[in-house]
Amino acid sequence: MNQATKTISQTHHIPFWRDPAKRGIVLQVVALLFVLMLGYYVFSNTQANLRRQSIATGFGFFGKEAGFEIGEPMISYSAADTYARALLVGVLNTVKVSFAGIVLTILIGLFVGIARLSKNWLVSNLAKGYIEALQNVPVLLQLFFWYGLFHNALPLPRQSINPLPGVFINNRGFYLPLPEAHPAYKWMAPALLAAFVISYFLKRWSRTRQDLTGQTFPVFTSFMCLSIGMPLLVWLVSGAPTGMDLPHLRGFNFIGGFSFSPEFGALLIGLVLYTSAFVAEIVRAGIQAVSHGQTEAAASIGLRPKLVLTLVILPQALRVIIPPLTNQMLNLTKNSSLAIAIGYPDFVAVANTTINQTGQAIEGVALIMVTYLVISLVTSAFMNWYNKRTALVER
Amino acid sequence: METATISVAATEEIKPPLTGIGVIGWARKNLFSGKFNTVLTLLILFALVKTVPPFIRWAFVDSLWSSESQACKEAAGACWSVVTNNFRFILFGFYPYDQQWRPILAIALLVAFVIYSHSRRRWNKNLLIAWPLGLALMGIIMHGGIFFLPEVETEKWSGISLTLLLAIFGLSAAYPLGVILALGRRSRLPAIKALSVVYIELIRGVPLISMLFMASVMLPLFLPEGITIDKILRAQVAIILFTAAYIAEVVRGGLQAIPRGQYEAAEALGLSYYQKMRLIVLPQALKTVIPPTVSILISAFKDTSLVVIIGLFDLLKTTHVTLSNPDWMGFSNEAYIFTAMIYFVGCFFMSNFSRRLEAQLKT
Repeated sequence: MNQATKTISQTHHIPFWRDPAKRGIVLQVVALLFVLMLGYYVFSNTQANLRRQSIATGFGFFGKEAGFEIGEPMISYSAADTYARALLVGVLNTVKVSFAGIVLTILIGLFVGIARLSKNWLVSNLAKGYIEALQNVPVLLQLFFWYGLFHNALPLPRQSINPLPGVFINNRGFYLPLPEAHPAYKWMAPALLAAFVISYFLKRWSRTRQDLTGQTFPVFTSFMCLSIGMPLLVWLVSGAPTGMDLPHLRGFNFIGGFSFSPEFGALLIGLVLYTSAFVAEIVRAGIQAVSHGQTEAAASIGLRPKLVLTLVILPQALRVIIPPLTNQMLNLTKNSSLAIAIGYPDFVAVANTTINQTGQAIEGVALIMVTYLVISLVTSAFMNWYNKRTALVER
Repeated sequence: METATISVAATEEIKPPLTGIGVIGWARKNLFSGKFNTVLTLLILFALVKTVPPFIRWAFVDSLWSSESQACKEAAGACWSVVTNNFRFILFGFYPYDQQWRPILAIALLVAFVIYSHSRRRWNKNLLIAWPLGLALMGIIMHGGIFFLPEVETEKWSGISLTLLLAIFGLSAAYPLGVILALGRRSRLPAIKALSVVYIELIRGVPLISMLFMASVMLPLFLPEGITIDKILRAQVAIILFTAAYIAEVVRGGLQAIPRGQYEAAEALGLSYYQKMRLIVLPQALKTVIPPTVSILISAFKDTSLVVIIGLFDLLKTTHVTLSNPDWMGFSNEAYIFTAMIYFVGCFFMSNFSRRLEAQLKT
């Protein structure tokens, strides 16, 4: 009795620095205080510095005239427009190069990754050389290399290389023919969209029918037919326009058609080649992660080779491939900020010019960070959702 | 008697057909198995024949190795003179010319350390103490100011010395910070966990270039009047803060891979949190993540080249500056190939090392 009370009273007298719960609270309070004090210190210093150097604060500069030109804007822009519009042009340029880069990277990475697994010694080793050479050289150096190559090796506009009719390459840019504007092209996009919607409902219908009756329907083939056929039909119905807008030399430069600058070309090639080397490794690892027993088991229950691939191997390989692949896509988007080094006007380059002109470094850097942060967080939120959906449900 | 006959029969070998062994056999198996592979091989061989000889001709036959820039402009092949004539500037930048034996010595020391530490059998406590001492010694050799060595300001450290400085000190400072952040993210204390998560996700969401901008244009505003920090140190801080977030994620992977039983067993022994982590969890977790840590080291090494954008003279910038000299303008391919080879050797060595280590640790 006496003994028991003593133990209880002893537990009551544990000094607080030996109690994990209390210690935890103290530690957290100290950490938070430290962060708050650091924040306050930085904030007060910044306030004092800004006042001393009489730098304006806030985002008032958004509405002011930017006063600098931007090459290759996707929306109409001139130096008389506002900073807000200039930054928007920058964002669109970043989106443009990232989107084109992601599509090309996946295609090339997939190709090289599969080539790496080829039984052909030559193919496999060429792919290995490609991966090693591109992975181990900084991407910025590769950008400089392509930029230098385009500037030194390509001829002047008057001596343009003309590899195909209507295609011109010179040190001012790359010029491709573009179909002439015609109302038919406006209606082709809705037609394609309609094809997608119809395919989606077709897929739902075929799944329900398969569950009920066991009969299958060629969903993929009909999807391909619809998405090619419907826009084609629209094009034919509206008179099959074939007029092309060919680039042609006027004065010192080419006009007309579709063109992009050597800066854009160098940035795109550099980013795509660098990232595709990593994607190739991811694809290889993903395919190798599916054990051979899976293929054999699928074949033994009577699936045809095509079905083995689509129903057994790909779903498992994709589960391994998709998360690191998304990471690489994000890396590509973040690396596109190196555009500033070779003079392509992406978002960071425009923001940097804004910082230099307005002197508002804090707002400028904050804008850069927030923009990329939003892209990253949205992507990782999507990834978490995807991972939860495809995660293996274990016992 | 009977056994003897059997053994004689068994030793009589049937040789494989000539087309199945040796060079022919190898080629049949690896290059010409099936129609598709044969066509593929022939196509690639054709492409190689078309591209490799002209390249060799450009790089080795028609090339100039040590000429004036004027001779280069008339040559048909590569102008390696751009490298040989500016060799010491590309490698050491503005480091005083007559003192450049010091970075050479420091780099030789580093290479010796790396080669010695290459084998896992030599990893022990002495080596762990020797590394910081060695790095300090390299710093003293480079900086000077004591003994008979004249002082060389860090501002003058450029070229490959700056690249290595940023990479090595960046990683060695980011590593402990990353481990602390990883532990913080796995902590049961909500405030600590939240702070770590916010830090890690924030940094991983932005490009390194924005961190470097922050260091070069915003950091001076954060400090009280009169205090200025050296430009290189500011970039170094940005690289450390950036790399730490990535290391934290790698280490977190290692911490998650440790079975629960290990944590529980440590607690059952009555170990405190720090003892549990120091003696049981971290040694196992850090060991399993050595290969991805080396990958981080590789990308940190490559990412140091981004300091070009804020105007520091690393290896890439010295190459860039060489090419802005009117004499050597237009020979960017040769110069960049040379610099790329330096980076390649470093990264290739590290990635091979990481792969071998991974194989050793798996067994």
